[in-house]
Amino acid sequence: MDRFMSLDRRALLAGLAATGVAAGAAALAPRALARTEPGTVLARAIPSSGELVPAVGLGTWITFNVGEDAEARDACVEVVQAFFEGGGRMIDSSPMYGSSQAVIGHALGRLGAAAPFSADKVWISSGSRGPAQIEESRRLWGVSRFDLLQVHNLLSWEEHLETLFAMKAEGRLRYVGITTSEGRRHAEFERIMRAQPLDFVQVTYNPVDREVEERILPLARERGMGVIVNRPFQQGALLRRIGRRPLPPWAAEIGCQSWAQLSLKFILGHETVTCAIPATTSVAHVRENLAAARGALPDAVMRRRIADLFGTL
Amino acid sequence: MSEWWTYALSDFLLFSPRTYYRLFALHNAALWPAHLLALALGLAGVWMLVRPASWHGRALAAGLAAHWLWVAWTFLLVRYATINWGAGYIAAGFVAEAVLLLVLGALGNRIPPATGPGWTGQGGTDMGWPRALGIGLVLFALLLQPLAGPLAGRALAEAELFGMAPDPTVTATLGVLVAAKRIRWEMLAIPLLWCAISGATLWAMEAPDAVLMPAVGVLSLSAALARSFGGRRGTAAG
Ligand SMILES: NC(=O)c1ccc[n+]([C@@H]2O[C@H](COP(=O)([O-])OP(=O)(O)OC[C@H]3O[C@@H](n4cnc5c(N)ncnc54)[C@H](OP(=O)(O)O)[C@@H]3O)[C@@H](O)[C@H]2O)c1
Repeated sequence: MDRFMSLDRRALLAGLAATGVAAGAAALAPRALARTEPGTVLARAIPSSGELVPAVGLGTWITFNVGEDAEARDACVEVVQAFFEGGGRMIDSSPMYGSSQAVIGHALGRLGAAAPFSADKVWISSGSRGPAQIEESRRLWGVSRFDLLQVHNLLSWEEHLETLFAMKAEGRLRYVGITTSEGRRHAEFERIMRAQPLDFVQVTYNPVDREVEERILPLARERGMGVIVNRPFQQGALLRRIGRRPLPPWAAEIGCQSWAQLSLKFILGHETVTCAIPATTSVAHVRENLAAARGALPDAVMRRRIADLFGTL
Repeated sequence: MSEWWTYALSDFLLFSPRTYYRLFALHNAALWPAHLLALALGLAGVWMLVRPASWHGRALAAGLAAHWLWVAWTFLLVRYATINWGAGYIAAGFVAEAVLLLVLGALGNRIPPATGPGWTGQGGTDMGWPRALGIGLVLFALLLQPLAGPLAGRALAEAELFGMAPDPTVTATLGVLVAAKRIRWEMLAIPLLWCAISGATLWAMEAPDAVLMPAVGVLSLSAALARSFGGRRGTAAG
């Protein structure tokens, strides 16, 4: 299957409808996408279902943990609104992220008709307390069910995967995954990938942190698992290190206008990647990040060039 | 936690510095002008330290206990817990300290202020530099520490004030404890622990004033050690 395609709004809605989230798709139309500019956003198929997801999502670690701060919450609503308007769908969070889930719920409530691809996690050492945590997370998001639940950092993964697969079988969850970051526990991660029928894995990948290229990405491809990429900018450190350095002229060949876009295009240029989930507090950045999911992607030569460049900075 | 050595302090930081400091702005706006009352009470506390009387230790302990409870409730639980799921445990520590101050300090009269000729001019036992440091710490907490944030480049509205925010409240408490006649380690433990927690949080946020609370902790600890183990001059009971 061609896992690598472009998608316009109508195709997105059709794709959603085809995968049984017609209600959500219909709901997506009136407000969230009404003001979207024309253009296409890259979408990738989830290997286990064929459902299309826009290839740039939204992380919420730190950025959405703003508590009850009304002004900061409003800023998050604006980020989510710009995210949907720009054609994004996947939002990632976790019960570990403080108030982020509640802030997502607040934004979704305010935006009314928005239908995210809700990707949350279970993160609790007791397996038996997993279902209660998941229910609390669902309540905070204000969704009827999650699209994806992932075992956060493999914590008590055996018990939680049992819960998640049971939920999926009962139709209370659409996809199951596991996460890690910054190269942690990759050997165990691989073992779980080999043994369990996961829909998604979530790992760290960017032009500097490329360990997953060796085994995990090929294994995900072989096992038909979607790949979500966290820390595309090393939590911002990658971009801070570069500072105001000018972009190389050849970045324009793939339509990059910023270092953030260059990193995202590098990531999306790996065809096994389903969705990268940069986090941001800024409307301008969310637009910039989504723009990386439009237009040309780097080929293998260009990707090497990007990695080499980031490696020298 | 597995592979703990791969984690940096900043990996445990759940929030941005901006979000953290805005908590204080919201907190200050909600409680103003209670800060002035706390300041007045704090200055009365300095007077009690400088001119000790038999009931001052009880009053200081009761006043501090009230401030620890107030900070636990209005800041740690109402504000900080919204962005840090660990804040509930910290609040429990603050309540425990309040209970210690009430039971041991206010009821048990275990922290009567030391006397010092250098300060009172009325004779008494010279407790040496630890007492002076203790009084200095309380004055610092009341008058100078609130300026640390603005001096580090943060907004005045985000200033952390005695009786409202944890840091200056803890500094003032350490001051009272090291200026007491006897060092009571059971009451020092939680404030010293907070110095480490606060320092680690600000360090992870790369705040320029991250060393402040650890420095307050180290100074207080040195004074307490000097008082506990420093011979007659340091341990005299008045
Ligand atoms: N184990 C796990 O499951 C795990 C681990 C880590 C992360 N995650 C997930 O992955 C998401 C992404 O990772 P992350 O948040 O750690 O880091 P990240 O997405 O690599 O970086 C976020 C930082 O990059 C900055 N940024 C975003 N877009 C930018 C742009 N266009 N230009 C300049 N700066 C930009 C943001 O600052 P501004 O606010 O200024 O834009 C923010 O500080 C997380 O939010 C979380 O959902 C999961």
